[in-house]
Amino acid sequence: MQIKTVAELAAEGKSPEVLFWVGCAGSFDDKAKKVSKALASLLTQAGIEWAILGQEESCSGDPARRAGNEFLFQMMALQNIQVLNGYNIRTIVTACPHCFNTLKNEYPALGGHYEVFHHSQFLQKLLDEGRIRIREEVFKGKKVTFHDPCYLGRANGEYLAPRAVIRKVFQNIEEMERHGQRALCCGAGGAQMFKEAEKGLKEVNIERTEEALRVHPDILAVGCPFCKTMLSDGVKHFEKEEHIRVADLAEILAEAAAPIPESESKN
Amino acid sequence: MYPATMKYLPNILFLMCFLAGSGYFAWQMRRIIRNIRMGRPLNLNNRLPERLKIMALVALGQSKMVRRPLAGVMHVIIYLGFIIINIEVLEIVLDGLLGSHRLFAPYLGRLYDVLIGSFEILAAGVIVACLVFLIRRYGGQVQRLKPTGDLKGWPSRDAVIILATEIILMTLFLTMNAADGVLQTRGVDHYIRAGAFPVSAGLQPLFAGWSEAGLVFLERFCWWGHILGILAFLNYLPHSKHFHIILAFPNTFYSKLEPKGQLPLDENVLKEVRMMLDPQAQPDSASSDTMPSFGAKDVTDLTWKQLLDAYSCTECGRCTSECPANLTGKLLSPRKIMMSVRDRMEELGRLREKHGPHYTDNKKLLGDYITPEELWACTTCNACAEACPVNIDPVSVIVDLRRSLVMESSAAPAALNAMFSNVENNGAPWQFSPADRANWIYES
Repeated sequence: MQIKTVAELAAEGKSPEVLFWVGCAGSFDDKAKKVSKALASLLTQAGIEWAILGQEESCSGDPARRAGNEFLFQMMALQNIQVLNGYNIRTIVTACPHCFNTLKNEYPALGGHYEVFHHSQFLQKLLDEGRIRIREEVFKGKKVTFHDPCYLGRANGEYLAPRAVIRKVFQNIEEMERHGQRALCCGAGGAQMFKEAEKGLKEVNIERTEEALRVHPDILAVGCPFCKTMLSDGVKHFEKEEHIRVADLAEILAEAAAPIPESESKN
Repeated sequence: MYPATMKYLPNILFLMCFLAGSGYFAWQMRRIIRNIRMGRPLNLNNRLPERLKIMALVALGQSKMVRRPLAGVMHVIIYLGFIIINIEVLEIVLDGLLGSHRLFAPYLGRLYDVLIGSFEILAAGVIVACLVFLIRRYGGQVQRLKPTGDLKGWPSRDAVIILATEIILMTLFLTMNAADGVLQTRGVDHYIRAGAFPVSAGLQPLFAGWSEAGLVFLERFCWWGHILGILAFLNYLPHSKHFHIILAFPNTFYSKLEPKGQLPLDENVLKEVRMMLDPQAQPDSASSDTMPSFGAKDVTDLTWKQLLDAYSCTECGRCTSECPANLTGKLLSPRKIMMSVRDRMEELGRLREKHGPHYTDNKKLLGDYITPEELWACTTCNACAEACPVNIDPVSVIVDLRRSLVMESSAAPAALNAMFSNVENNGAPWQFSPADRANWIYES
């Protein structure tokens, strides 16, 4: 699969239809890199003209902002906006709800106006348009539950898109007791990902994993790189990694996707 | 002249009580509004139709209350009792002023019976609901309502005072109707036949043997007790968590309309950042005199809306019961954050009343009321804001206080300082080279 940067496209005098904002986790974290790969292959399969910023991408500033470092956030945001506006980027898709929230809601106040999609929303659109086809047998008989990311769900009111994507592949979703608006955080938000938890009786990801285990899923679906880390750690803590797979929506979909025949494909 | 004065003595007495009660309340409201105005300005007078809709749904329609069905339904009963029985209070006030008895009865006819009958049923409902709430609070089944932790001491006493007062007021109302009903059947002068008494009819046998004078005394005693109790309760509100019955309306009206995940831009920081990025930029004269401050150290650094949030909190603890940090034993409780804001605001307000509007003591919200350990436990997941029946936003307060810790005091946990420097130097929160950012493409 060939992945181009926006700079390379610009050199050819082209501009991408969609920018895939990879994010720091998607670029550097091993578990999240797999999600980046999966989303990249789905975008290509769907015939989207897309590109990444590559080395020109920087942290969106989300963890700095939630941790109270508004200076650093604004510096990062202004720098990213300069790059995005320089390339005249209009549409962005990202697999990180934190980047999604920041780019979509917080960049406009600093001069960055884009149409931003969480990958669940973009994939739902591609599925609805028939641009991704599913082999229904891939996950047949498997039980799935979905952990809502705080920054997609409560923070942005999106509960349906990830479920719509999952329902294309699985017959139904076995919901955890706390889901949707009441979903429990994985414990990583608000920059907790980058520090030890404060003193307490339990780790948040353990509490959440226990809840997930109660529905006995084969697959614990996530839509956020941090949730993926936290819940994978949780599943490992209970020594259930042989039985339960923590997987992002993009990975699930990429595995279930059927290649679209050349003749029908747009490119 | 003497007999005339005597004749109108109750009216005059009532007028004085009524004016004193409502006047003192107005005076208290001035104090409350002054305290809220200690907060930073923020213009929220936009998108009025949307705001009205939220207020109608969330405050009037109790849409978030009923997410927990038992408490929700009980609350709706008390709330309907409060709203609807106010129609009766209007009649009571007019009767008090005019010396009439059941003034509305002749005008409303059958409807009057229906109204009084439904007030009685509601009043009985309120008594039942308040009893259920007392049992929930002291039965120990509901963790968030236990008289320990955030609710130790005054907050729990406050809750009991409220519930007991409501039970007493409703009992007075029903007893008054019972006595009135007996007087009506006896055809006593002044006690016109009016109203239906589906509940208090059950109490009437208790008073069957009473003399006419005794019944009149009882009816008058309950009438006065009820209305004076209401006036007293009104003036208790500003000191109590029960203030939410009024402030839920403005607080939901001024709800955050942006997505919950969106934090407001700190304009003071933006000025500095722009200067840093543009060497030509001149500091504007206003900001060069005084050092701008970043984030919030005290209640005066929060916005008036955040202070209104604190006054609107009824300490139900739904926020805390959904908070991942609190559920896993961390010190953070979003309810306690809002209670601390209110306590500090009240304290500073009192001090400023005494020593002038710019007075500051050497205490601060940050440190003296809310500790860094609480703040650093938050995952900003917004479960608290989502759970709040009156749309309070504790996350914004937490982030504003974090901003002060980080930008004013450089007091972030070491791990977060490391993250900051990675973001600044490598463009990622981890220590990776920006040059390797796209290497994932080539890895299998």
